[in-house]
Amino acid sequence: MMSTIQPRAKSNETLPTGGSEPVIEISGLKKSFGQQEVLKNVSLKLFNGENLVVLGKSGSGKSVLIKCIVGLLNADAGTINVFGKDVNGISRKELTPLRQKIGFLFQSGALYDSMTVRQNLEFPMKRMKKDIKDKDLEDKIKEVLENVGLAEALDKMPSQLSGGMRKRISLARTIVVDPMIMLYDEPTTGLDPITSGEISSLIMDVQKKYKTSSIIITHDIKCARSTANRVIMLAEGEILKEGKIEDFENSTDPFIKSFFE
Amino acid sequence: MTDANKLGPRTNIKGFTAHHSFRLGNHAIAKTEEAGNFLTELADAFLFTVRVIRETFSGGFEFKEFLFQCFQVGYKSLPLISVTGIIMGLVLTIQSRPVLVDFGAVTKLPGMVAVSLIREMGPVITALICAGKIGSGMGAELGSMKVTEQIDAMEVSSTNPIKFLVVTRVLAATLMIPLLILFADGLGVMGSWAGANIKGDVSFVLFFSQAFSHVHFMDLLPAVVKSFFFGGIIGLVGCYKGYNAGRGTESVGIAANSAVVLASLLVIVVDMIAVQITDMLK
Ligand SMILES: Nc1ncnc2c1ncn2[C@@H]1O[C@H](COP(=O)(O)OP(=O)(O)OP(=O)(O)O)[C@@H](O)[C@H]1O
Ligand SMILES: [Mg+2]
Repeated sequence: MMSTIQPRAKSNETLPTGGSEPVIEISGLKKSFGQQEVLKNVSLKLFNGENLVVLGKSGSGKSVLIKCIVGLLNADAGTINVFGKDVNGISRKELTPLRQKIGFLFQSGALYDSMTVRQNLEFPMKRMKKDIKDKDLEDKIKEVLENVGLAEALDKMPSQLSGGMRKRISLARTIVVDPMIMLYDEPTTGLDPITSGEISSLIMDVQKKYKTSSIIITHDIKCARSTANRVIMLAEGEILKEGKIEDFENSTDPFIKSFFE
Repeated sequence: MTDANKLGPRTNIKGFTAHHSFRLGNHAIAKTEEAGNFLTELADAFLFTVRVIRETFSGGFEFKEFLFQCFQVGYKSLPLISVTGIIMGLVLTIQSRPVLVDFGAVTKLPGMVAVSLIREMGPVITALICAGKIGSGMGAELGSMKVTEQIDAMEVSSTNPIKFLVVTRVLAATLMIPLLILFADGLGVMGSWAGANIKGDVSFVLFFSQAFSHVHFMDLLPAVVKSFFFGGIIGLVGCYKGYNAGRGTESVGIAANSAVVLASLLVIVVDMIAVQITDMLK
């Protein structure tokens, strides 16, 4: 199945491999909205092939952080290197090739209301791979829909889907173009425990199959446990703690502890 | 002073003290902020327009989406515009007929109606209706796409949302609204013929030939030119308000509403300017 698209195997060769190379390197990132300082000083690295889980209270700026990475928001200060290129303040023309390598799962799903599920999935594929054949497109769409367990939703409109189904379709829309970096904004929020478990293992599958590097924002500790190679916690606009998930679970800090209860 | 004291605790909660000077100060600050907001909005709108124009001519035109928008703007407005057009002519005829009878000029009726429809009533009324239907539709659609991050999703899918969403809609409105206006003019003359037949008896062919013998090229040209401006304004305002909607769901309603208000106002203002210019050229 996978061979029909053969997207990544080739382009991957041009990129640094081996777990110690950072694909994203952020340093001194600052972002405010008016008077409100959301990110004060954030520095982090995402290494090739790893899953980095980001924890943090609601409103701590997790979504803002990953929006800065894809250039949806402009940082006030600091550098954000993606594959060695600073994305802060560069033009759309320069951003486009980088964005094609990044998959972004929106917290709200952000499905196109006016399009069917099929058209939603076709949209990024047709835009990013202009020369793709119809047959390949069709196969790929079926495949990702099966991966998220929603093959029957192909011709439905987003308004006909439940909240959790919409979330899964938007996950499908994100992975359909085989990105090298995945930014998941709360992939399991609002899903039942069984589906959350399936999504977590899907995230792992994507990581293994395509050697994707991912940032996973989540409040779902179960999801964090099963997907994380490394965890960071965001608080007060800075990184409060970084380490393995076990370090967090054994932490004595009451704030950190409260996340794991 | 006494009023403020009577209100007592409530005024205090709002942060106003009973001191006159302080209240005046607050008032003045509020006023300057308002003026500042208006100016930033104006600058924003200007920059948006410049950006849309630049993106229109910078290659990579979304032709399929443009055709779809033409269909949405043009075809889907036909029923509404048809009804308006017919009624416009009918009413104009019924209202002006008694006056013309008094003057003994009832034979001039078709010509008068045709000229006033084509020069003024057709373009302005149709444009106002379009501001209501198309302007608010674009404001609400883009506004809800903005609020639910669909525009951001397009952006990260290597699609320029200004090109894909805005340029196509603005161009579709600019091209389709003049066509709708001409269509409304035609139906208006037909409505007028129907109106003339309520009390009199004129053949369709005679009525039409009388009507159009009074319409000169210089009646039609300025009307068509201003129609393009009306179309462009309606598209631009609708998209501007939608694209710059705020972050909450309530912003969608605000975007749609303010799109209609601003587009209607601008249609009237541009019409006034157009009339002045046409008048000077004569
Ligand atoms: N575009 C924006 N304009 C103004 N303020 C914003 C914007 N985006 C985010 N904020 C503010 O930044 C803060 C952080 O928002 P963010 O969405 O990153 O939180 P979060 O950590 O993702 O929270 P949650 O877990 O609830 O999703 C919030 O206070 C929010 O109001
Ligand atoms: Mg968030």
